[in-house]
Amino acid sequence: MTALPFLLLIAAVIAGYLINRLAAKAIRDGGDRLHSLTSYHGLFSALLILVPVLTFILLWLVAQGPVIDGLVMGGLPDGVLDGLDSGGTQLVLAEIKSLAKGKVFGTPEDWKIAAGDRFVRLQTNAGWLLVASVGLLSLALLGFARSRVYAGFRARQGVERIVSGLMIFCSTVAVFTTIGIIVSLTYETIRFLDAVPLTDFLFGTNWEPQIPLRADQIAAEGAFGWLPVFVGTIVITVVALVVAVPIGLFSAVYLNEFAPRRFRAVVKPLLEILAGVPTVVYGFFAILIVAPAIRSFGQSIGLDVAPNTALAAGGVMGIMLIPFISSFADDALSAVPRTLRDGALGLGSTRGEMMTTVLFPAALPGIVGGVLLAVSRAIGETMIVVMAAGLIARMTINPLDSVTTVTVQIVTLLIGDTSFDNPKTLAAFALGMMLFLVTLIINIFALRIVRKYREAYD
Amino acid sequence: MTDISNAPATLRRARSTDLVAASLKRRKRKQMRLQWIGLGAISLAFLMLFILVGSLVSTGWQAFTQTHLTLDVYVDPDEIPEARLPRGGFDDALVASLGKMLPGVDLSDRKTSRTLEGIFSNGAQFELRDRVVADPNLIGQTITMTVPVSDPFDQLNKGLIDRETPEQNRRVKNDEIQWFDDLKADGAISKPFNWALFTNADSRFPELAGLKGALVGSFWALLTCFLIAFPLGIGSAIYLEEFAPKNKLSDFIEVNINNLAAVPSVVFGLLALAVFIGWFGLPRSAPFVGGLTLALMTMPTIIIATRAALKAVPPSIREAALGLGASRQQVVFQHVLPLAMPGVLTGTIIGLAQALGETAPLLLIGMNAFITSAASSPFDSATALPTQIFIWADSPERGFVSRTSAAILVLLGFLVMMNMVAIYLRQKFERKW
Repeated sequence: MTALPFLLLIAAVIAGYLINRLAAKAIRDGGDRLHSLTSYHGLFSALLILVPVLTFILLWLVAQGPVIDGLVMGGLPDGVLDGLDSGGTQLVLAEIKSLAKGKVFGTPEDWKIAAGDRFVRLQTNAGWLLVASVGLLSLALLGFARSRVYAGFRARQGVERIVSGLMIFCSTVAVFTTIGIIVSLTYETIRFLDAVPLTDFLFGTNWEPQIPLRADQIAAEGAFGWLPVFVGTIVITVVALVVAVPIGLFSAVYLNEFAPRRFRAVVKPLLEILAGVPTVVYGFFAILIVAPAIRSFGQSIGLDVAPNTALAAGGVMGIMLIPFISSFADDALSAVPRTLRDGALGLGSTRGEMMTTVLFPAALPGIVGGVLLAVSRAIGETMIVVMAAGLIARMTINPLDSVTTVTVQIVTLLIGDTSFDNPKTLAAFALGMMLFLVTLIINIFALRIVRKYREAYD
Repeated sequence: MTDISNAPATLRRARSTDLVAASLKRRKRKQMRLQWIGLGAISLAFLMLFILVGSLVSTGWQAFTQTHLTLDVYVDPDEIPEARLPRGGFDDALVASLGKMLPGVDLSDRKTSRTLEGIFSNGAQFELRDRVVADPNLIGQTITMTVPVSDPFDQLNKGLIDRETPEQNRRVKNDEIQWFDDLKADGAISKPFNWALFTNADSRFPELAGLKGALVGSFWALLTCFLIAFPLGIGSAIYLEEFAPKNKLSDFIEVNINNLAAVPSVVFGLLALAVFIGWFGLPRSAPFVGGLTLALMTMPTIIIATRAALKAVPPSIREAALGLGASRQQVVFQHVLPLAMPGVLTGTIIGLAQALGETAPLLLIGMNAFITSAASSPFDSATALPTQIFIWADSPERGFVSRTSAAILVLLGFLVMMNMVAIYLRQKFERKW
């Protein structure tokens, strides 16, 4: 049923192409001189049908669900929805839909069965209505395009104008994505701030998102101060950097200056493998190997290590970041002009001294930019910490303890069924907003450093 | 005069070379130290890579085989009357035939028969049921079946359970081990390749759980991702590289694309949850929504790769085509783009490989549900390969540890394959100008 409009569209597009192309060919064979090639006449018709009809189908499909839901819920007998909150209404709708699919649980009320029938009827009607409108629209466009076939018609210009428009649309998708991220995060965050004051969220030192779902349930009041979550993120990020920065920088220094060419050609891509491994694999590695190893090592020297210590998650994240930092540092070192290198060597310094006193300081801004990008990666990294870090927010900077991070909280708050009017769910969006802002600022800053420094030498 | 002035200079020079020579050793040592630290850092990184792959292989390879039990089942008409199909005492029939293979076991003891039932997988009775339902003539006959054994015995057969552990700390008791060894001595135990890992969907029982659902879900998600990200990415890249006027708007779009490439993946998940599921009402857990989200994440990669490939095509090609009277779009679509295609495809495949391993956004749109059948369309609920790994890693049963590693090996296998295709394309078709 959903495929039918698309098949119709494809048929219309092909028909349009063939009809116009053949018509143009007939004109040419008749002795007239065409302005455009016959294939452009065909393409003009095809695009003229494809673009509006496809847009129409997609808009229709997006709008169809909510409109039918609204019609079904609006057509329910008076009073049956009284006293239900939005969650309850959703539940009724879900029940009606499952009835419409023929899945009956227990003995539903008569009005629900009637609504289910109504739902099915509306859906079938909407489907046929869509097919009919697609057919009519295609026919109209087909006729219009056919009327444009004459010797002087500038079909190529027409096609190029449409293609140009399509390409401009494509490049705005990235902008719309950014706008979508900002709008959706802001919207849900504002709803969150209706329930929790901004100062509580920004400066609160207590994060306990367990709030009672029913009024009579015994549960904590719920506290939404993001500081402990943020501190946990910082702890894990620092651990990751302590692992990744020295290893990454020293490998870059060696690969850039000392390694034989063939060694470098083999080692560099192998090192990049570490960056290509999916993070969920690192997460499993952390819980399977690293965390137990750290724990038993800690116990053997008499330290009390939490099972999901920040050290495991951070250390594994550090391994992931090694190639990231080393390739950035390598690029920065290579970008230092040859003259600086030769000058230092010419003055009699060893290659080691040239590296530590000239090359490295000259490349430092680029390296710092790379490390900053790695920081934003570490803050936004999700799977490793979801699998290997803790869930309870603690104000601690002890890496042996278990800490939680912003991304862990986002995922745990949203996993499973969620309704959108619960502060617990909305809190995830507020955290997402903070995450987006923090990483965005670091990224912009880092990219600016990198770019500014590159320009200085070019 | 010259003699006098020359002498101290030579002396001085001699002294400074001495000084340099004396310090040179120290300085060379310093350089050596730097080199060794660098080599050490690289070796450390490789050691980590080695441990990572080694631990996955050493835990995962066991899951590519599965212990099976072959037994002759008498389909007892008393237990399984044709009239009651598809119901019947299929498990009792299995236990009875198992009891026949183990002389000296008292089946009338309920506890013993319960324990015996634990040897073969819970799926065995359904396999028997399906066979009998498909062919009711089997009732009253004896049929030979090969069924997977349950997880503890699979572990025992693979040597993962230490027989020296005290009995109360062990998942299989002494008499169970005895039975199993008897069966093994009879030749009823086999360990073939575990096809179920690829032909079954998820299950609560490790011995039955497979990756089919996840593979199908990942396929739909990647297909959606490709169909959306590829045209959008190429269109966008061509416009920005070849046609866009140099103005504020183009700069703004460029900055946007670069920033989008660095936005944390979980934020894309939030976007998908709020916009695609919350506002547009698309179904939760559907690979289509996952693919849509992944497309938004992959698009910047494709755009950046395509622009680099377009930039690498020399201007002489464009000028020659323009000189022959082609329009600017004809130049791009008929000459530049075909020449840039290998680079574009390489970038696209690398982008899709990243998308295949992406987990966090899929978790947020609910692709971590427990689903025991493969999706038949991109709008059905499904899991994906990485989310399946996440689910299995969270499962407490021992058997899931090696299944998780095996699933990771499968995922890594796909990634290696995709990257090899990308490298092959680059080396085979890329032209050096």
